Amino acid sequence: MSVDLQTVKRVAHLARIAVSEEDAERMTGELNAILGFVEQLNEVDVAGVEPMTSVTPMEMKKRQDAVTDGNKAADIVANAPATDENFFLVPKVVE
Amino acid sequence: MSDLTHLTISEARAKLRGKEISAAEITEAYLAAIERANPVLNAYIVVTGDKARDMAKASDAKLAKGEGGALEGIPLGIKDLFATEGIHTQACSHVLDGFKPRYESTVTTNLWADGAVMLGKLNMDEFAMGSSNETSYYGPVINPWRRSRVDTVVMPTTHQGDGGFVSAGGTKTQRSLDNAQLVPGGSSGGSASAVAAFLCAGATATDTGGSIRQPAAFTGTVGIKPTYGRCSRWGVVAFASSLDQAGPIARDVRDAAILLKSMASVDPKDTTSVDRPVPDYEAAIGKPIKGMKVGIPKEYRVDGMPQDIEALWQKGIAWLKDAGAEIVDISLPHTRYALPAYYIVAPAEASSNLARYDGVRYGLRVPGKDIIDMYEKTRAAGFGREVKRRIMIGTYVLSAGYYDAYYLQAQKVRTLIKRDFENVFAAGVDVILTPATPSAAFGIADEDMASDPVKMYLNDIFTVTVNMAGLPGISVPAGLDGKGLPLGLQLIGRPFDEETLFQTAHVIEQAAGKFLPEKWW
Repeated sequence: MSVDLQTVKRVAHLARIAVSEEDAERMTGELNAILGFVEQLNEVDVAGVEPMTSVTPMEMKKRQDAVTDGNKAADIVANAPATDENFFLVPKVVE
Repeated sequence: MSDLTHLTISEARAKLRGKEISAAEITEAYLAAIERANPVLNAYIVVTGDKARDMAKASDAKLAKGEGGALEGIPLGIKDLFATEGIHTQACSHVLDGFKPRYESTVTTNLWADGAVMLGKLNMDEFAMGSSNETSYYGPVINPWRRSRVDTVVMPTTHQGDGGFVSAGGTKTQRSLDNAQLVPGGSSGGSASAVAAFLCAGATATDTGGSIRQPAAFTGTVGIKPTYGRCSRWGVVAFASSLDQAGPIARDVRDAAILLKSMASVDPKDTTSVDRPVPDYEAAIGKPIKGMKVGIPKEYRVDGMPQDIEALWQKGIAWLKDAGAEIVDISLPHTRYALPAYYIVAPAEASSNLARYDGVRYGLRVPGKDIIDMYEKTRAAGFGREVKRRIMIGTYVLSAGYYDAYYLQAQKVRTLIKRDFENVFAAGVDVILTPATPSAAFGIADEDMASDPVKMYLNDIFTVTVNMAGLPGISVPAGLDGKGLPLGLQLIGRPFDEETLFQTAHVIEQAAGKFLPEKWW
């Protein structure tokens, strides 16, 4: 399988990365080189093979159902580019 | 003073405990070495001199009372992927511009609890994506190793005045360092370069496909990627969560064992951290390997592998045999599919992990006409080319209609890769010996690598299988190539059997000797 310029632009939008025409053209070639490289996986007979979900057989640890952390609103917003009274500020999303 | 930087961690530990040296002295020695070398090597992106001095002072107070921890007063460098409270943490990306976390990673918390001193944050490939440290927003790191040239010099016939002697000419060989700058490997290039150039006693690093072992091999240092789940991933900037593991880069096997013991822990904050006590890895060093079964996988003999590497591998086999190990030929039939499967799984996980960099909660924000435009502009400006490439691949292979063909297929192949190892271990093999990398360090801005991303990816051909199977792997320096550059051998072990790796790597280290770069920087 390979990608064309349109697909690259669509994927870039899905990934929320703005691309120029020039970027998209360069990326098309690069992505096709990588997709060409991974193509060889199709040779592998995977009939009856379970996809891996975890490298070490382990049971998900469950945390105690209790409040162990919190009251850190100021810490959480401390690194944000725009805030107001412990809220993150973003461009208007609702008219 | 400067020779204090040449002490290994175990040597410095003994001198600190014996009060022959102070933590303040060794810390100052490292800070002075960094100040001189860093403008050339670019291994550190931030030097935390004041913090280092404060920590050293506290260590000296503890040592005076005989209360020092396992790493009391030992100065370390920290890869920029680890969150360090109040200190620059950007995974060497522009998108995390100005990020200073309000929390500390579990691995670094463990190190400070054991008394280590932080010298600063180390350069790396952006988000740990790269094999040469050239994708860093802060510029490439330079390898302290350079190729050496052996020239045959014709000696001129000389007459030295009246009554002097006449030299008959002839030839002699002369070794000289080449000026070409080499990469230290990646993604933990800053860690490897700093350890090799004596700019820290040891360093933290991380390994998703080879990012500890390949730079260790390129710089003549020891690097271990422990079993998945051994070191907590909490507070380590995520790249590919099912593959990422932290580990140390150190000057010798013993130092790597000392560091891993402090870094590893059982952490309730990481659900993939495994509930097993951390053994005393250092105790495994020096134990005989007589009767140990060492597997040699035929699939690791790849086309076009330099003769130097094949010869090194044979030497490694001979050393282990001489030490009483039993050498067995083994087969890991799905080896060649590990790298292509990795280039589906890792980008898929990365595209999801890196979705959080959106200009809202931290880091860079580029204004846009609406929120989507703001996201797209921020991410376009914040991520470098390699990172964008991997996010794009990951987004594509996870997108509707392609998930089964790519991602599911790769995860099934991953099961087969792990099964290959399980079969070999079930047959009684204790440890597997392979080359660490398919070549020695290459030049900065290598044209072949720059023009074809897949060529760069091939650097991880021997290391990536280990991540795909979640196993521990260590790279240990074993010799120099014809141009005087270090080469490493890799040992792969059973899950949570890091002790056998340290034990066996030490045998190789004893036989091979240590390799130090000639100082030019």
